[in-house]
Amino acid sequence: MLAEIGQLSLAIACMLSLLQTVYPLYGIYARNQSAIESAKILTNLQFVFVTVSLLILSYLFIANDFTVVYVATNSNSALPWYYRLSAVWGAHEGSLLLWAFLLSLWSSAVAVMSKRLPVESIARVLAILGLLSLGFYLFVLLTSNPFLRTLPYFPVDGRDLNPLLQDVGLILHPPMLYMGYVGFSVAFAFAIAALMEGRLDSAWAKWSRPWTMAAWVFLTLGIALGSWWAYYELGWGGWWFWDPVENASFMPWIAGTALIHSLAVSEKRGVFKSWTVLLAISAFSLSLLGTFLVRSGILVSVHAFASDPSRGLFILAFLVLVIGGSLLLYAVQASKVKSRGRYDLLSRESMLLINNILLIAALIVVLLGTLLPLVHKEIGLGSISIGEPFFNKMFSILIVPFALFIGVGPLVRWKRQKINELLKPLSLSLVISTAIAVLFIFLYSSKFTWMALLGVFLGFWILVTTCYELYLRATFRFTLLKGLSKLGYSHWAMSIGHAGFAVMIIGVTMTQNFSIERDVKLAVGESIAFEHYDFHFDALENADGPNFTATAGVFTVLKDDKFVATMKAEKRIYTVQRMPMTEPAIDAGVTRDLYIAMGEVLPDGAWAVRIYYKPFIRWIWFGPLMMGFAGMLMMMDRRYRVKNTTENDSAEVQGVK
Amino acid sequence: MNPRRKKRLIITSSLVLGLSLAVGLVLFALQQNIDLFYTPTEIVKGKNETGIKPEVGQRLRIGGMVLAGTVKRDPESLKVSFDLIDNGGGIVTVFFDGILPDLFREGQGIVAQGELTSATQINAFEVLAKHDEEYMPPEVADALEGMDHLKTEKKI
Repeated sequence: MLAEIGQLSLAIACMLSLLQTVYPLYGIYARNQSAIESAKILTNLQFVFVTVSLLILSYLFIANDFTVVYVATNSNSALPWYYRLSAVWGAHEGSLLLWAFLLSLWSSAVAVMSKRLPVESIARVLAILGLLSLGFYLFVLLTSNPFLRTLPYFPVDGRDLNPLLQDVGLILHPPMLYMGYVGFSVAFAFAIAALMEGRLDSAWAKWSRPWTMAAWVFLTLGIALGSWWAYYELGWGGWWFWDPVENASFMPWIAGTALIHSLAVSEKRGVFKSWTVLLAISAFSLSLLGTFLVRSGILVSVHAFASDPSRGLFILAFLVLVIGGSLLLYAVQASKVKSRGRYDLLSRESMLLINNILLIAALIVVLLGTLLPLVHKEIGLGSISIGEPFFNKMFSILIVPFALFIGVGPLVRWKRQKINELLKPLSLSLVISTAIAVLFIFLYSSKFTWMALLGVFLGFWILVTTCYELYLRATFRFTLLKGLSKLGYSHWAMSIGHAGFAVMIIGVTMTQNFSIERDVKLAVGESIAFEHYDFHFDALENADGPNFTATAGVFTVLKDDKFVATMKAEKRIYTVQRMPMTEPAIDAGVTRDLYIAMGEVLPDGAWAVRIYYKPFIRWIWFGPLMMGFAGMLMMMDRRYRVKNTTENDSAEVQGVK
Repeated sequence: MNPRRKKRLIITSSLVLGLSLAVGLVLFALQQNIDLFYTPTEIVKGKNETGIKPEVGQRLRIGGMVLAGTVKRDPESLKVSFDLIDNGGGIVTVFFDGILPDLFREGQGIVAQGELTSATQINAFEVLAKHDEEYMPPEVADALEGMDHLKTEKKI
């Protein structure tokens, strides 16, 4: 009974989203105030019904109701309750329901938290979000219903959740990532609403900025979580594989990063507006494209779900409709948008323009690398794959100017900057950061490569210039401490965000250049030594869990004959699906990780073992954490919290009628 | 030229320059990094579509089924070799030094990436085994269609 109620609830939410689209727009057309105001109520109602639907599905999982197909294929009674809960989004149907739920959550948040926006604008925004919701509800109901029954012949037990997904990283990673993906729908809706209205002003940029930032924060953290999960769960010790599905999440992130920078210019200086709108459309379109690539199964990837052509076609149609429609609207309306601001060639505006150009170049690289194999196959030239070397090469080229300009950008003033004033801070930073980089390489690596020095230099260049900029800004009027305390949240956000990026660059550089990876054959009692470390294979242990059997290799690690750690690496066999899994042992540290993964048993009883030494790999995830924190700081900036914004913003409005 | 136009000209031209530079670099890098996919039969007889055989020394990807009884291990190290076969009957030997994936076994469809060292031998630097037939790359599924040992569902 419960499953049917869940489905009914979903169907009601679907109808409500249709109403949410049509009725407020009719109200705007017919100047019917109550119809306009209904948008918020309809949005919240829709949210209630989709929440009921998701809660019911979660309950079905917790209660082990194997009469439901989706539960039977993705859960098992031996699974711990928290994995049964995360199994809700462990496969196609449930993750789409989660997507629809999150879209509704964002819409509801917009409805509740935008009291100071004109009611008509907000009605437009909600109507567009309703249209997107409608598309996803139809998709779930028509092609991927999670509430289908197995009756009358239901299984005694479920087929279990894919063991790869039985992990804490997977409880959090998909919801975070989806919050990011779906969050860009708000920026998208604001942009489309502004285009429909023909009114793009600083106020518009100001409203959509915190929302965009929120989505970006979720996406950043979601991607970082995914990378961390891949590192410790897949047993290869890698943190990014340039897998098509990873790229699918990376593309909206790049567009989103360009968008938050371009929005800053639109808000503060009133220029780049039509470009910002285009970026808002792109960021969300790329999120949809990502969904299409993953869900349609046309891509070969570790993430790919079982394919079903009707699903692919549905998303493709939806994609064409949304992207085509919004670009058409853009083409018609964008020419009416005028940017009035003026700026010199050397100015903050230009710096942010360069940032955007470089980000778009990176986006094109990823897009080409991801889609070219598809195109190549479709035009009959055979299957190809584009691997890591391509992306690594392209990104190590692009990162150089990008990192250099991150350092310069914040030092440059809006509108106009005299070049003389920049010479001192830049040359001083250059000297300091080069010195630190050389010292750093000297201290933390056994050998020297120019690539590593360049990477570490770029990281410290950003850190040093960021600190220098803070210093200059703080001491401009006050003493250092007083000045620092007077800085706004959004200024700190910029500095911390950039510093986070620098930390990540340093981590990536060190890991990529100085990792040591050894695949060795080891029997119990043998040991292997490298880089001052000595790994001794002590014993094999039994390490069975609730739904798997496991063998653990116990290792003692010594550094220069001093004890470092005892590490236990497991090889598990998940009983239901008979699937082997590698559970590596990791000794984490600020400057290095030690990583042991059990390979396979060889005929003579010895084991194939992977032993990795990964310097500074934690920095790769600590950086994005800082960026996420910075994003949250920015959202807390005073100018987004003040309740009654002065209407000065709208005074700047350039009428576009 | 007035300053406004001059600025626009500079911005537009830098945009065009940047884009063409990016695309140029991308294409240059791509040339060296495209790995064509072959089945064992295609390595022996040439590509289905074009009839072109891969050259010795070329980087490529190969997908096929591990032929039962051909997995040979070196007792001293992790070196291993095995034969791959597909529904066209071609057989190619793969050499690999490292740890095989968890799901590598005889009769399993796998993908290897490496360099062709002679007409039917490949030195692989990566071997991938997918978790089950649902996760199998479509190319491999196609190449193995109709063979025993494996359920392969026709894709799309």
